[in-house]
Amino acid sequence: MNISAAFKRFFNRNGLGLGSFLLIAVGFWLIVLIILPQLSMLDFSFRHHLPPPEMGGPKDTYTLEHYKYLALGAQGADQSYNVVDLGVFVRTLVAAFFVTIFDLLLCYPLAYYLGQASGSGYTRILVLFLIIPYWVNEILRAFAFRIIFGDSGVINELLLAMGLVDNPVDFIRDNVALYSGLGYAYILLMIFPMYNVIESLDRNQIEAARDMGAPWWRIHWRIVIPYAKPGISSGCTMVFMLSAGALAAPQILGGPSSLWFTQIIYQWFNQGGNWPRGAAYAIVLLSVCILIVLSAMRLFKVRMGDIGK
Amino acid sequence: MSRGVGVSLQDVWIKFGDFVAVREANVDIQGGAFFSFLGPSGCGKTTILRSVSGFLDPSQGKIIIGGNDMAGIGPNKRPTALIFQNLALFPLMKVWENIAFSLEVKGVGTAARRKRADELLDMIALTGQGDKLPSELSGGQKQRVAIARALCAEPDVLLLDEPLSALDLKLRQHMRTELREIQQRVGITFIYITHDQSEALTMSDHVAVMKAGVIDQISDGQTIYDDPSTPFVASFVGENNVFRGKVKSIDGDKALISTNRSGDLLSRIPLSAKGTLGVGDDAMMFIRPEALSIAKDDAAANNHVTALVLNEEFEGQTFNVFLEGDGGKEMKMSLVNQGKARESAKGSSLTLEYAPDQAIVLPAGELASE
Repeated sequence: MNISAAFKRFFNRNGLGLGSFLLIAVGFWLIVLIILPQLSMLDFSFRHHLPPPEMGGPKDTYTLEHYKYLALGAQGADQSYNVVDLGVFVRTLVAAFFVTIFDLLLCYPLAYYLGQASGSGYTRILVLFLIIPYWVNEILRAFAFRIIFGDSGVINELLLAMGLVDNPVDFIRDNVALYSGLGYAYILLMIFPMYNVIESLDRNQIEAARDMGAPWWRIHWRIVIPYAKPGISSGCTMVFMLSAGALAAPQILGGPSSLWFTQIIYQWFNQGGNWPRGAAYAIVLLSVCILIVLSAMRLFKVRMGDIGK
Repeated sequence: MSRGVGVSLQDVWIKFGDFVAVREANVDIQGGAFFSFLGPSGCGKTTILRSVSGFLDPSQGKIIIGGNDMAGIGPNKRPTALIFQNLALFPLMKVWENIAFSLEVKGVGTAARRKRADELLDMIALTGQGDKLPSELSGGQKQRVAIARALCAEPDVLLLDEPLSALDLKLRQHMRTELREIQQRVGITFIYITHDQSEALTMSDHVAVMKAGVIDQISDGQTIYDDPSTPFVASFVGENNVFRGKVKSIDGDKALISTNRSGDLLSRIPLSAKGTLGVGDDAMMFIRPEALSIAKDDAAANNHVTALVLNEEFEGQTFNVFLEGDGGKEMKMSLVNQGKARESAKGSSLTLEYAPDQAIVLPAGELASE
């Protein structure tokens, strides 16, 4: 089938008006809002950091210096690798990974309950309870977390009153507040893809497995989880990508010693004013995240098409 | 024939809130029998099956399988296997994994599982199809896989919830025979749920006919058909011409019924109605379409009915003749096609006769709605 025939079929099916709207909207979204900005970032990342008058001048050539900087650090430094930035980079990815696992463990039972165990009216109320907190602005939520996890916050007050601790626990320094905030921020993105899939699972399959003697964990292992795999991978992908790329929560909830990689990127763009370096860092983060997601998908035998389900 | 394990329900009630789904069910199913629950949708037959399999606890009463009270024993611990109406095959597992799932649960190794699955695949004539996915099989094949999967668990009792309802007529008839054969070969107790009376009659040793949560009659198929115990059973199982009226006189096992529109007719009193019918009682008399024939003479008699032929239907082995009796009373008569020129014709007036032994009278009651 050639392209012009495909276009003709597309317009025949959707009509001229709707057809052109779909084409223009999707094209605009894809090209203007995604591909072009990312390409210009990519382009930026390969340029020297120059004062504005010299841009476009003879010094404005392509270079790998920013990537080299991320890997090796400043020239003449006493270490042969950029230990600080690479350390933050790895820590960010590991933390995002654990936030994802934590959300998965927390949300799977919930999604299963919502999708299978309960009746309709009840479910709707529960879903509402999950959604309403997201009407609150992200920054506000992060600060609220900072308050309840603070030295004189509700949690510490409670622990002190119960006599479990003698001094307030520093949840901020220990990053407990940060991980809770990140985990909480993306719960819905984990629940809903799983809930959608699990809801469509035929209850009889669960009962059939139970009838054949399967204990609950085997029912989940052999029936529910394989069936929910597209939802699980879709949820995990989103949570991982967004946690690794989060800025507000690490900024507000992160302890003094913990830096998130996005914060370094932000510093290069804003405080440092070094856009090419920030762009290079951002590109590295994006590529590595995509690579991790793709390898995880291969490892768990998930196809790209399943994610869209 | 008593190799299998018996099942009995003792005074079982199942309620959902105020709604009584099953009322006072008392059933004794012999080990190794093919037992059917027959009834219209919503009569509680599936509820009974779910309580036997353990997915539902009776609100009251006992369920006993092989002499053991099943109270508090979950579906995964009962010696039953259930075949679901939609089969509920696991779509992401291969056919052989589906069949051997119960062995996987028991921790049997892969090679042994595969071997057993292949044996069962041979039995259901699907040799070599084990590596397919269920979605690659036809309806009848899926059906057989579901049976094999249930049998693989070596249950004492196999429960079947209308498993043939999704199949087309030819396949359904074929699977009926096959199910019966499998049951006789494995010798375990089958409990079968259906709303299709011919399924129940052809396969079962015994049938329980249910109406709105109540079991009206439990008997072998022929007794259910020939000696129904309630008007509901008489009208639900097979077709019947119903004559309403009052009992005029009783003589031994025969009663003369003064029908509302068709005069006085003589009928047999079945065992179940003996002693419960008195002179002057409201009664319903039933004559099967195939029990009616064209009378030799037109003389008035207490086994003759006159009627006008409205319509005829040729069904191959039978002619169905639709008639209108006095006062607009609708009747149906089935005549065996003997290849002769048809004796009846539209618009002609006929006198029909029947053998009083083939008519039965019961106390008036609720009929099955069409």
